Amino acid sequence: MKKAKRAKGFVETFMNGVFFVAGMTAIFCVLLITVYMFIAGLPAIRQIGLKDFLLGQVWASTAAEPQYGILPFILTSFFGTLGAVILGVPVGLLTSVFLSKMAPARLGKLVNSAVELLAGIPSVVYGLIGMTVLVPLVASLFGLPSGACLLAAILVLMVMILPSIVSVSVTALNAVPPEYEEASLALGATKTETYFKVSIPAARSGIAAGVVLGIGRAMGEAMAVMMVAGNVANMPGLFKSVRFLTTAIASEMSYASGLQRQALFSIALVLFVFIMLLNAFLNRVLKGGSQDEH
Amino acid sequence: MNTKRKAYNCILPALVFLGAGLTVLLLVIIIGFVLFKGIPELSWSLLTSVPSVIRKVDGILPYIVNTLYVVLLSILIVLPLGVGAAVYLTEYAKNRRLIGIIEFTTEILAGIPSIIYGLVGMLVFNQKLGLGGCLISGSLTLVIMTLPTIIRTTEESLKTVPQSYREGALGLGAAKWHIVRTLVLPCSLDGIVTGCILAIGRIVGESAALLFTAGCGKVLAQSVWRAYTSSGATLSVALYMTVFEEGNFDVGYAIAAVLMVLVLVLNLLAKFSSKKLKRKF
Repeated sequence: MKKAKRAKGFVETFMNGVFFVAGMTAIFCVLLITVYMFIAGLPAIRQIGLKDFLLGQVWASTAAEPQYGILPFILTSFFGTLGAVILGVPVGLLTSVFLSKMAPARLGKLVNSAVELLAGIPSVVYGLIGMTVLVPLVASLFGLPSGACLLAAILVLMVMILPSIVSVSVTALNAVPPEYEEASLALGATKTETYFKVSIPAARSGIAAGVVLGIGRAMGEAMAVMMVAGNVANMPGLFKSVRFLTTAIASEMSYASGLQRQALFSIALVLFVFIMLLNAFLNRVLKGGSQDEH
Repeated sequence: MNTKRKAYNCILPALVFLGAGLTVLLLVIIIGFVLFKGIPELSWSLLTSVPSVIRKVDGILPYIVNTLYVVLLSILIVLPLGVGAAVYLTEYAKNRRLIGIIEFTTEILAGIPSIIYGLVGMLVFNQKLGLGGCLISGSLTLVIMTLPTIIRTTEESLKTVPQSYREGALGLGAAKWHIVRTLVLPCSLDGIVTGCILAIGRIVGESAALLFTAGCGKVLAQSVWRAYTSSGATLSVALYMTVFEEGNFDVGYAIAAVLMVLVLVLNLLAKFSSKKLKRKF
């Protein structure tokens, strides 16, 4: 009996340890990624100089006298994400209002499944469709020699960030206390006015979180953008062939060496820092939101 | 009602329907187009042959096999880790701050772009651990990437197990691990299975994280060990290579159709598992 008890005690302690280790994995992984990003990314920045690296307007990594300025990539990522958000947020928000407030049960389920499926489509499939349908369409609509440009990337990204925006916004809209809406209706507002003037403002922090999540997705997307953006290190222009931060890494990584390769890691570090700032902001928005409501 | 208000009440609902319609339309166009262009390209010989430039044979068998290998190894590692972490968070951890930190880092992991996973995977597994470009490196990278998915869904479902069950078991003298093993885990099977399916979906669709870790080998390995220790492209990576590097759109659409069918099936399975396996409390 005593022996069994001791064995049991051992198993308990052991499993306690096992679960503790499993629990620590996420922390360990984040630390590992952060440390490696900085170790790999800093040497090139130190060699090139932070100012020349971030604000340099020319990226010519394979030239005889290589230049490593990533301002074109930063601006392209910025404008690409901005464009996707400007186009995606209205559609996403309207879809969320439909799903949360206006949809008949059956139809709502259908639209909801559609949103879930959109989230599940692999990015290379988006890239394929973009390459074969969207790029020729953009070229013929605007009379361009090649449709692989920032606009095509923005359109693809817009579709890709829709699910993030919709799913988070729907949760936020569903969480609006029904008393708010009832009060508004009782005061004589129509349903539409209630949804847009009461429900949406009340759910604003959740909606903002969805938008920030979408921004993160748009900034981090590599493959789909790579296939439609044309991949030339130009300063951004709607109809110009451009490179994003992500695609700058992906397009040269396979053959780069020496300082060029290190510079690619530095680009990754810049992207990583952006994403971390975005994450910190998102955490702030979500926490702040849950405090100032009610 | 004045005209302005009337217009407001007419136009906005129309816009709402338009927005939702556009979302559905986009999905229908994408799925329809991929299946319409891809299904005719699919044939038994394409599915069962190894691609060769010299013999001018198109085939996607190695990619299918590689995808299976990567899914298998990744899930085998990430499932115990993720479920363990979720159990730790809901059952074992007592320190509020530590729980907060773990949840925050899980959120961060979910937000990191896959290309960064690819780079770190390449630095850590391919170079530091000396594994080289192989399916093991790729699978390990995907383990880190899918960890948040498993932790979150399992945690959600663990939280729905009523506290009274645990209290009852404790009152009967059961020890913690016994409670977890016989009560908590079986009750949250739906979350674990759903998380697993979602993770498989992410693995199947992933390309950027695998490009520099698992590489893009096109050979069908002779043994399981050989497969795991040599470079190999999964379906998504192969789609990227055939379309973007080789410009072979026919095979590209065939692979896309296979991916699409997989995504549809996994989506249905996830729905089914979260509904049918759910226990009523």
